[in-house]
Amino acid sequence: MTKVTMTVNGTPVSAEAEGRTLLVNFLREGLGLTGTHVGCDTSQCGACVVHVDGKAVKSCTVFAMDVAGSDVRTIEGMANADGSLGVVQQAFQDHHGLQCGFCTPGMVMSSAALLAENPRPTESEIRHYLEGNICRCTGYHNIVKAVLAASGQDAGAMAAE
Amino acid sequence: MHNFEFVKPSTIADAIKALSAEGAQPLSGGQTLLPTMKQRLAAPDVLVSLTGISEMQGVCMGDGGLHIGAATPHAVVARDAARHYPALAALAGGIGDPAVRNRGTIGGSIANNDPAACYPSAVLASGATVVTSQRRIAADDYFQGMFTTALEEGEFVTEVVFPIPERAAYVKFNQPASRFALTGVFVAKFADGVRVAVTGASNNGVFRWTEAEDALSADFSAGAIAGLTVAADDMISDLHGSAAYRANLVKVLTGRAVTAAR
Amino acid sequence: MPKDTGIGASTKRREDIRFLTGKGVYTDDLSLFGQAHAVMVRSTVAHGRIVSIDTSEAAGMPGVLAVFTGEDFKEVGGNPAGWFIKSRNGEPMREPKRPVLAHGKVRHVGDAYACVVAETYAQAKDAAQVLADAAVIEELPAIIDMKAAAADASNRVHDEIPDNICFDWGWIEDNRAAVDAAMKAAPHVVTLELTNNRLVPNAMEPRASIGEYFPGTGDYKLTTTSQNPHLTRLLICAFVMGIPENKLQVVAPDVGGGFGSKIYHYGEEAVVLAAARKLGRPVRWTAERTESFLSDAHGRDHVTKIELGCTKEGDILAIRTETLANVGAYLSNFSTATPTFLHGTLMAGPYKVPHVYVNVKTIFTNTAPVDAYRGAGRPEATYSIERVIDKMCRELNLDPFEVRRRNLLTPDQFPYTTPVGLVYDTGNYQATLDKAIELGDVAGFEARRAESAKRGKLRGMGLSTWIEACGIAPSHLVGVLGSRVGLYDAATVRVNATGTISVMTGAHSHGQGHETVFPQIVAEKLGIPESSVEIVHGDTAKIPFGMGSYGSRSLAVAGSAMDRAIDKIIAKGKKIAAHMLEAAEGDITFADGKFSVAGTDKAKSFGEIAFSAYVPHNYPLETLEPGLEETAFYDPGNFTYPAGAYICEVEVDPDTGKVDVVSFTAADDFGNVMNPMIVEGQVHGGVGQGIGQALCENTSYDENGQLLTGSFMDYAMPRADDVPFYTVDHSCATPCTHNPLGVKGCGEAGAIGSPPAVVNAVIDALHRGGITHVTHIDMPVSPNRVWQAING
Repeated sequence: MTKVTMTVNGTPVSAEAEGRTLLVNFLREGLGLTGTHVGCDTSQCGACVVHVDGKAVKSCTVFAMDVAGSDVRTIEGMANADGSLGVVQQAFQDHHGLQCGFCTPGMVMSSAALLAENPRPTESEIRHYLEGNICRCTGYHNIVKAVLAASGQDAGAMAAE
Repeated sequence: MHNFEFVKPSTIADAIKALSAEGAQPLSGGQTLLPTMKQRLAAPDVLVSLTGISEMQGVCMGDGGLHIGAATPHAVVARDAARHYPALAALAGGIGDPAVRNRGTIGGSIANNDPAACYPSAVLASGATVVTSQRRIAADDYFQGMFTTALEEGEFVTEVVFPIPERAAYVKFNQPASRFALTGVFVAKFADGVRVAVTGASNNGVFRWTEAEDALSADFSAGAIAGLTVAADDMISDLHGSAAYRANLVKVLTGRAVTAAR
Repeated sequence: MPKDTGIGASTKRREDIRFLTGKGVYTDDLSLFGQAHAVMVRSTVAHGRIVSIDTSEAAGMPGVLAVFTGEDFKEVGGNPAGWFIKSRNGEPMREPKRPVLAHGKVRHVGDAYACVVAETYAQAKDAAQVLADAAVIEELPAIIDMKAAAADASNRVHDEIPDNICFDWGWIEDNRAAVDAAMKAAPHVVTLELTNNRLVPNAMEPRASIGEYFPGTGDYKLTTTSQNPHLTRLLICAFVMGIPENKLQVVAPDVGGGFGSKIYHYGEEAVVLAAARKLGRPVRWTAERTESFLSDAHGRDHVTKIELGCTKEGDILAIRTETLANVGAYLSNFSTATPTFLHGTLMAGPYKVPHVYVNVKTIFTNTAPVDAYRGAGRPEATYSIERVIDKMCRELNLDPFEVRRRNLLTPDQFPYTTPVGLVYDTGNYQATLDKAIELGDVAGFEARRAESAKRGKLRGMGLSTWIEACGIAPSHLVGVLGSRVGLYDAATVRVNATGTISVMTGAHSHGQGHETVFPQIVAEKLGIPESSVEIVHGDTAKIPFGMGSYGSRSLAVAGSAMDRAIDKIIAKGKKIAAHMLEAAEGDITFADGKFSVAGTDKAKSFGEIAFSAYVPHNYPLETLEPGLEETAFYDPGNFTYPAGAYICEVEVDPDTGKVDVVSFTAADDFGNVMNPMIVEGQVHGGVGQGIGQALCENTSYDENGQLLTGSFMDYAMPRADDVPFYTVDHSCATPCTHNPLGVKGCGEAGAIGSPPAVVNAVIDALHRGGITHVTHIDMPVSPNRVWQAING
């Protein structure tokens, strides 16, 4: 076991890790941040997406030690300072972009990463960007709408109801 | 996954030293290696991360063309290679998904040489040079069949140098589940001829379709390959596509790549 | 004007706040003091005789606390099938014991035969590998293909079942001769052989269970990923482990999707309880996704021959089907109901078909158990009917829209008794068809097709008009049909002293939004704010005995129970008001949250009544009990019958065979709608899964029983870029006539109606493109299959 230090949601943290400790296990078991989920073991589903130094990564496919010293953001760090939902989170609630909630943290983190790179994505750009995040509940309709809305676009007009 | 010692050198020289240890294995972006380790199909004693080596990072023009550090993530190549080699940048921007592209690297991809990976087709079609911790290897000598390369034990890729073609394009047809290339074709037109490299299709890994190269060198148009046939004999046959289907894709995608080339 | 609160309002979901901020609590999120970790040891062969399992080396490894094998559970009971089916010859179905851990034989790849418990997950995993290496399992020939399984008496999944047939069922057997005669007399007969592809449910949260044992009281607690904690408790207590029900608490906390796969009791739940008892420590187990693929109950897997007799004008005269249904290696809890009563009873569709006969042979194979998956039986029935009707239209050169319209039941025919044993209470199938035609802009199709053609794409349009029976289920009916349990549900409405309300429901929400929708109903009925109502679910220690959520039943059954309990609250409130207002009970009216004496201005608010109920200083205790809490059990009189019309448009790339769904229109009749936003979300999700089944999802075992599609690398899940925006509508509502809310259920609809619409569209595209030799392509209509069909 080695002590691994990084910044998580703005706070410097450290916890014990082995070489094989994945970032997702470090967050969930080491730090108790269970908002980040594990939905597969082949780096496909995206339930574990977090931001490392501002970039979306699959935390089940990164060793904690490999990102020591990094700035990590998780779903627990996405709300506004006053505790209210952030823009992407609020859009997901407003547009019913989640049902069981299990893929949701990864969806929100990927969507936020998209909007950071591309503030006004088209429907097609959103769908392609989210191809690494699997949702079994929503058929993606309301997720795409939520991301459109979070980018300030008229989601209702773009998604024929 | 078995436990291991994790080391993260910051220079190529230190990485060479670390990789000389018994049971040591290099780790680049880990997007293929980690799932493999979870399945216990790889179990290194020492894992040497190459992502902290700054001399293996980045994209720049230099001698012989475009130099891409082996530890450069696909997302960076997609962004920084766009003005120099748009077809290569587009290929990098279509690998996996955004989160995979933020971690996965060109060096990791071509060291693994998955028969369905995208990068090997670009390296081979471009006639790139693979620079390793020990030597320089021409693309035609580097790829030696599925998951097999010219790399020796302890040797790792540090850089890839791409000559820049006049026109090029990569067209990929996704395997519906993994989104790897069921078949992908990279076409590169140079002043002295055309190179066509195919990934995803063959039991022998990435390969050059020389008949198409000859035809396209004479006439760089989709119509030039209309009369060619692709033999299905050596093609991969699996759940997602029969050998005949892949042979068809090779031809269809080559035509589309020629049309798309710029 | 849309409402902004109460019934019919699109109230935003309150549960979203915790899910969006990472504060949901799913089973694997719990971390308990002293917890140990369990790893299952699973068979790597499809069929084998367990010769020996030497556990000694694994047991001695670092951190290992206990090792279990099938021998440890030999004396406990088996996990039963919930429905009893009789074969056509009157013989009872064959019911092999389904053990907690395999002993004697392993029967599918992934069949767990041992479990290692250790201090850490990594230690358990290491020891499990050592145990697996030490186990001697003699491999036997795998039984995979259903036809071969039924034909070969020498090779048996269960040694005591000679032909691997669980049952050979006829529905309705007495009608068979008449159906045969009608088919023979029909001017035209269409025949289609098709496969309903085997699917892996793949809820995004893998299954997980935590067992606890409290030695001081002898109590057990199981926290598990379940759609129905009471059913799980009943199965564990009454059938498997013999724990008294009052000594086992089952909690299903936040559950990340189910789609059927989390209805059933699985062996891992019993193992963690036994391990917790042995060790006196909490024992946790969480499936890796690979384990989910190998051991969750799969769905569908029917091979069907359907024949349809008709006139040359397209009037359907008779339907006859023969189906082989795969149940896998063991009978999962609903597995015998899915291919029979959830399938055969729907084979008349929404049509006036005089003669229908269904035969289903259910086959054991060396594959994972197969059970209900979203829609369960009804998608299989709908797919068979809608595909064969499409084929009829092509053979007779008839318009598929007109043929449907000609055969659909008309509104004046309800209630309508079908030839397969159901009574449809109400519907207006023409209305949903017209709505779909309007919203899908069928009139503009030709222009769109021409535009696609310019881009080298073949465009096609497919239709499906479907019906289902849900709101599962009326106990009196399912009892006749073989169910061993009643399928009522329950609710307790507890009015607290300060006027807030807790509703304890037997339904379980794992994505459906009960925490938001149920309060909308309570608020509307009691005239109080939605925010005053809290829903309690998923804990057998807190809720009345309910049957959980599946079969689109939550609102129709548990919601009706809640409605009844609220009526009891109002009745009790009137008694209290009569006492407080010194009036006769019969003179009290309740409206807008107030109890009033009719014809006077004397009134008490709901809050005042609630407070009084708990501060009963002067109650006439002989006639008026303190407190304001009521429970109701509701058992529906009939199934509910949602129905609708779906139109899909696709573009086919003839060079690669790739199919893109470019538009999808769903016009549904769900009866009354409580929260339109949530109903639409349910349809989106169901349609997404249906498109997945039609285009990309497939479960494939090789001839040795190895699962070729054992991860997301090979099992193609629909992604965001595989689907379009959907157009959904539920305005053509005919309220259910027999439940108090007039609701029909919407959870499964999308997955039932959509697959045939997609496949019909693909065949249509090929025909319009001149590729007329293709009459059918089995799902999934993958690029490879479409290309092969075109070039075959």
